[in-house]
Amino acid sequence: MTLDALITQNGAAFDAVDVPILSPEQFRREILDGVERGLRITAYFGERIGAAKTSLVCVLADDAENSLSVLSCAVRDRYRSLTPDCPQAHLFEREIAEQCDVIPEGHPWMKPVRYQSVALPIPGGTPFFSAEGEVLHEVAVGPVHAGIIEPGHFRFQCHGENVLHLEIQLGYQHRGAESFLETAPSPRSMAVAESVAGDTVIGHALAYCNVVESISRCAVSPRAQALRAVALELERLSNHIGDLGALCADVGFLPSAAYFGRLRGEFLNLLMSLTGNRNGRSFVRPGGVTFDLNDSMPADFQARLKAAEYDIQSAARLMFETPSVLARLEGTGAVSERTCRELGLVGPSARSCGMPLDVRSDHPHGAYRFSHIPVSTVSGGDVYARAMVRRIEVERSIQFLEDHLHDMPEGGQDLRNSAGPLRSGRMTICLVEGWRGEIAHVAVSGESGVLRRYKIKDPSFHNWTALAMALRETPISDFPLCNKSFNLSYAGHDL
Amino acid sequence: MTAWISEFVPALFRQWAFVLAVSPILPGVVAKTKAWVAGRQGPPVIQPYRDIVKLFQKGAAYSRTTTWIFRAGPVISFSAAMAAVLMIPIGGMEAPLTFQGDLILFAYVWGTSRFFTMTAALDTGSAFEGMGASREAVFSCLAEPALFLGLLTLAREAGSLSMSDLLSVGLIRIWSIHAPALCLVTTAFIVVFLTENSRIPIDDPNTHLELTMIHEVMVLDHSGPDLALIEYASAVKFFALGALLVRIVYPIRSGGFWAGGAVLGIGLLGLSILVGVIESTMARLRLARIPQFLAFAFVLAGFGVILTLAAA
Repeated sequence: MTLDALITQNGAAFDAVDVPILSPEQFRREILDGVERGLRITAYFGERIGAAKTSLVCVLADDAENSLSVLSCAVRDRYRSLTPDCPQAHLFEREIAEQCDVIPEGHPWMKPVRYQSVALPIPGGTPFFSAEGEVLHEVAVGPVHAGIIEPGHFRFQCHGENVLHLEIQLGYQHRGAESFLETAPSPRSMAVAESVAGDTVIGHALAYCNVVESISRCAVSPRAQALRAVALELERLSNHIGDLGALCADVGFLPSAAYFGRLRGEFLNLLMSLTGNRNGRSFVRPGGVTFDLNDSMPADFQARLKAAEYDIQSAARLMFETPSVLARLEGTGAVSERTCRELGLVGPSARSCGMPLDVRSDHPHGAYRFSHIPVSTVSGGDVYARAMVRRIEVERSIQFLEDHLHDMPEGGQDLRNSAGPLRSGRMTICLVEGWRGEIAHVAVSGESGVLRRYKIKDPSFHNWTALAMALRETPISDFPLCNKSFNLSYAGHDL
Repeated sequence: MTAWISEFVPALFRQWAFVLAVSPILPGVVAKTKAWVAGRQGPPVIQPYRDIVKLFQKGAAYSRTTTWIFRAGPVISFSAAMAAVLMIPIGGMEAPLTFQGDLILFAYVWGTSRFFTMTAALDTGSAFEGMGASREAVFSCLAEPALFLGLLTLAREAGSLSMSDLLSVGLIRIWSIHAPALCLVTTAFIVVFLTENSRIPIDDPNTHLELTMIHEVMVLDHSGPDLALIEYASAVKFFALGALLVRIVYPIRSGGFWAGGAVLGIGLLGLSILVGVIESTMARLRLARIPQFLAFAFVLAGFGVILTLAAA
């Protein structure tokens, strides 16, 4: 059977009018059929068109065929909710209701996603799921936490030490990132894109630049593409290693925590040598990158990577071979493969459930078209699996960097081409595998070189619900460990 | 009567002065050991003294929902710790406070302290503190039998129910006859010691994750001088229970207060380093596993009793 949709690829631009407009019923059926066949909802958003009319656009990813399908429909103020039949749509529908005032009828969990306007209830101002009984108790954590972390509210329904249900309410960090980007690209837009999630600077900047380059038909030199991949992998390495260290710290295992903490710094320093900033800010720009590696740097990078790799191996061996650590990680906070599929998880969280999803090989972009990184999957879906996926990805990313630095494409002159004005009426979908998973930026350009609609989807958007599911029937004292094993972004979710 | 007072009062103050002066260095040594193993420099070993002084100079914040119970908690736990150390003999002589059955008082003075810490935690009405109090109650219930069985083994052999007799020179004779039993009891006491002092693998004193804490979460709402008293009391508890362990492992034959005190101090420093090494080399137990760990201590102490009975 064929999907009645526009088939496209990661980073390709097409005319927005080519997206088929289906009837709401047909739109719903197409999405349900697609999800049934194993496609994932990568983006699903609304755009106001005219008075009291909203166009709903859905992007389905076909990971096996390396393609994306786009379909849309026009609705007035309500439509039949997809969520009861397709759980992964739940947060998207809540978001659409909030952004476009369209009500999904029959949505089982209608609450605000973010603090968007004074007319809507504030986060936490709506009732939570509750359980009643003499033996049950409720624990509320946040939005102000004991540690220096981002704000989020967690409401646990507990039976003794066990969690029956966890409800997560975010939205305290909403800054309006999408609306800031709905202009013509400017230096300021880059600063916004880099701040969507402070720990995924390269990932979001890359997605934004891919969007601009795709719509303005700007070519990026192979050397710039390669440098972007190097930066993206360094970002992944520093975060994965930081996470492994934080997992050790959470179970009170100091030696590996201290080692990984130091090693994370090595990769931040590498990123600093490349970009002048430990987080990689101001490096990826439309048309290319701002800095090049000089002749001696690849060899220096290789030597530093080799040294770090050796230390990582020993710290990881210590962590994964200490029985008291394994006793804490194994079987804690398991997410089943079925839950993973139903919720449409992405990134290491999905790969730890045995799902081979990775934008770098499913929807390759830039340098990943030419050199592939094997997808790292582990089965089990518990904290151990999520730690193991990170360990394997660290090894493979270092391997990728070593191969890549050895053989960088030539061409230091056209490191940064100028991106021309945006062509009007074009649409593009750009996916990037950030360290947390699939980052999706979808943009539609309007008249006179501005972006009419800009939709960002951070991997955290899908994966927060998985944390809630992982906590079911898990002791509440293991919550910090589970939380750390996902390490999701509040800012990326809240935009 | 006056003769007794003139003997008792100086002994009392000498004991307190020694304990108050020495005990805060022990958590400092633990922290330093952990830092060394992790390859860090770590805070200076006298940091706990500085923290206590700093906290005493601060004001305290009290929630409107709390009552006098909340304020009484730290005072009572500090007083209890000060009372308990009077039963620990330092050097070759008897402790300032000693009578038949004082070991039961020794155990339950800590129980009183715990009761008030827990009620103070419950007084805040916070869900975290309630969880912490519930965990503390369960785990201390399970640690208590191990402590008593261990003390029973010693008391049986020493033929006395007084701490001063238990930890006297007679221990050398007991070691020569019942070394296996004493080894079991010592291991059980190490587990009890780690539990009572909320150390890894039972609790993690350094975590900031309130959902995983046991002891620390109960004192989250205390601040300023109250917190200083709590910190001081926990250092004294570390000293008192540590002294019990050190004196069992290394019975002091004779010597005056200062010579014996120096030996005890060295033993306690060794124990602090051991605790630091344990904390550096293993992860914390899963909360649900802790009762099994404490049952293990109970069984060890139980076998200690059986071994001494079998030998008799």
